[in-house]
Amino acid sequence: MRKLSITPSTNHIVPLIKKEVILSMLERETRIDGRKPNEYRPISIELGYAKKADGSASVRIGDTAVLAGVKVEDREPFPDVPDQGNLIVSLELPPIAHESFEAGPPDENAIELSRVVDRSIRDPKALDLSKLVIVPNKKVWNVWVDIYVIDYGGNILDTSTVAAIAALYHTKLPRVEIEGDTIKILKETKEARLPMRFPVFSVSVGKIGRHLILDPSTEEEGLVDCKISFSYTPDLNIVGIQKMGNGGFTMAEIDAAEKVARSAVPNLFKEFKTKVLDSLGVEGIDVGKV
Amino acid sequence: MQKPRLISDDGKRTDGRRPDELRQMKMEVGVLKNADGSALVEMGNTKVISAVFGPKEMHPKHLALPDRVAIRARYHMTPFSTDERKSPAPTRREVEISKILRETLESSVILEMFPRAEIDVFTEVIQADAGTRLASLIASSLALADAGIPIKDLIAGVAVGKADGVLVLDLNEQEDMWGEADMPVAMMPSMGQVVLLQLNGTMSSDEFRKGLEMATKGIEVIYNLEKETLKKKFAEYSEE
Amino acid sequence: MSGRIYVHDRAIVYPGDLIAEGDFSVPWSPYIQRAHNKYYSTVIGLVEVKDNYFSVIPLKGSKYMPKVGDLVIGMVTDLDVLGWEIDIRAPYSSYLPASSLLGRPVSPSEDLKRYLNTGDYVLCKIEAYDRSTNPILSIKGKGLGRISHGVVIEISPNKVARVIGKNKSMLNNLMTHTACEITVAQNGRIWANCPSKQMEDLLIIAIETIERESYIKGLTDKISQMLKEKKGEFNAKA
Repeated sequence: MRKLSITPSTNHIVPLIKKEVILSMLERETRIDGRKPNEYRPISIELGYAKKADGSASVRIGDTAVLAGVKVEDREPFPDVPDQGNLIVSLELPPIAHESFEAGPPDENAIELSRVVDRSIRDPKALDLSKLVIVPNKKVWNVWVDIYVIDYGGNILDTSTVAAIAALYHTKLPRVEIEGDTIKILKETKEARLPMRFPVFSVSVGKIGRHLILDPSTEEEGLVDCKISFSYTPDLNIVGIQKMGNGGFTMAEIDAAEKVARSAVPNLFKEFKTKVLDSLGVEGIDVGKV
Repeated sequence: MQKPRLISDDGKRTDGRRPDELRQMKMEVGVLKNADGSALVEMGNTKVISAVFGPKEMHPKHLALPDRVAIRARYHMTPFSTDERKSPAPTRREVEISKILRETLESSVILEMFPRAEIDVFTEVIQADAGTRLASLIASSLALADAGIPIKDLIAGVAVGKADGVLVLDLNEQEDMWGEADMPVAMMPSMGQVVLLQLNGTMSSDEFRKGLEMATKGIEVIYNLEKETLKKKFAEYSEE
Repeated sequence: MSGRIYVHDRAIVYPGDLIAEGDFSVPWSPYIQRAHNKYYSTVIGLVEVKDNYFSVIPLKGSKYMPKVGDLVIGMVTDLDVLGWEIDIRAPYSSYLPASSLLGRPVSPSEDLKRYLNTGDYVLCKIEAYDRSTNPILSIKGKGLGRISHGVVIEISPNKVARVIGKNKSMLNNLMTHTACEITVAQNGRIWANCPSKQMEDLLIIAIETIERESYIKGLTDKISQMLKEKKGEFNAKA
């Protein structure tokens, strides 16, 4: 059904009683799982989860679990960009993650999510494609990032972004030996890490009535009027925005949403630094002032 | 291809505009005979046509929503709309934009009025020169009004970008391709609601806010043009 | 109950136009949107303003919203063993149970095509309709039934009231001048039986004019005038 976008008919129904409870708790600045409106659920990151991938990461934010795997391939460069490698990001919402996810080619939700994650990485050049050249005009690295949502617990986007970036950091390129005109790729010997310049974080803000909440859980996602996600580099520049869902924000709400989103980056960065950068020995990256 | 200079020494853009200047716009409603509502919108060299069918019975029935109308939306580029021929098969970009258009239009339609029915909104891009999704949104919104479907407000939108470090209003194709940021914004101006907002590229939080301000001004002009377009159709008939 | 009404009577409004601000007691209408204390139009329409009251009449739209009790002219689009599926120009298809036409339960071997076939026009009433089901039609009643002669003219359902006019003034006008038998159904279909092709053409022109200029004052007189003139032309040619 890729030809048309149709209003979804299988929106999860949140019981009205629950809805009232959620709303009244928000009036008191709390959420049903005890969080404050600007709090994230616990984040766990495990590197190297899929051993046959060139790099991988399994990430959990609350109940949402996403597995990202990276595969690199040596290929001829695209004719219009002969001096750089290529990044291809895909995302799937397989049936194992939720009863409403259907088997088949990626639907508009999966496509939108993959493109938002792709732009977050590509636009600020978090992965330096120019450093993915093996032999100029002849051979480059194609980096395939496949994001698989394993368990849907709300806020797929932020979890997927962390997983993709972590998997990319974890990826090592095979050793290349060039003898004259012969290029030998030694797949079993992993040497250099992918040329990642910095991580990127996406922060999703949901709007329920006049309340803005970070990292919506499944039930909260079923209730939000709409969502807006901001992507940031560690220097706190905005490198992506995507408003999702129907409903609107006033300009004041957008201003407030961006402020609260930006305030979440230092914490996300800290988690990422401890669990990924430090354990991989990557140094020299710091988060800017909020 | 080498990146061209986007802002000249005297501050003018590649098409001679000032940074806060909109492109020439043209709008017309009721351009198709079969559709229940239709509109043609031109923003600079971007040209799109939208058609609305409905409200009508939803097919297949099991996709119908019990308490509100469902919308089927399609954003599609004709193969001759771009410099290089584009394959008519839907691309992932068209799928994303179709979804965004649908969600944005749903924000404006009084959905509860037609439970279990559907409204089809189809857009074909005839000429693409940046801003196609916004032109499509404007055309679809006008087409909904033309079809007599109750909406909270007309939708008006424009893209703000960054070209050679300068914030610019209503990007053209070169700025879209070579600039540092592209931020489409759309609003229901009477409601003060932002219904579409995306960014690709990089902006500081300060540039972001300045960009939104710039967009708001552009949107006001575009919104008035939309109203004028509708009024033109009825001007002959008003009694005065 | 107070506030300010920003538009004058018979002004044309567009979606998003501010009509009034304050606390007014106007019944809910899909053509008016209330946000806090502001009232906006949701369609291209004509505003009626009276003292502390206002309403919007849509000027565009070709769909009919069903109402129980309305007289409608439907077209048969399909049939099964129990009845006929009928298009009444609404966002929903409607159903006419065979038992309504036969006055008794239908037996499975009956060929319903004998009574009504695909493409037939039929004059009926809306018997049942709510937000969760499609309209059910009834054909029991005086004058209801299959339309076998004459012509069916379509107009926007929003213009039906104008074609009938206050106290049926416009309708009587049309019938007098054209000598046609005219039945105006609420779903924007008009059944006319005219004494001659000429009168039929005259009626169609008149109805098209009413539809196009529905919000002009003095339309009834204008149509009278137009009909007299055109009839004069016809007679002169004869």
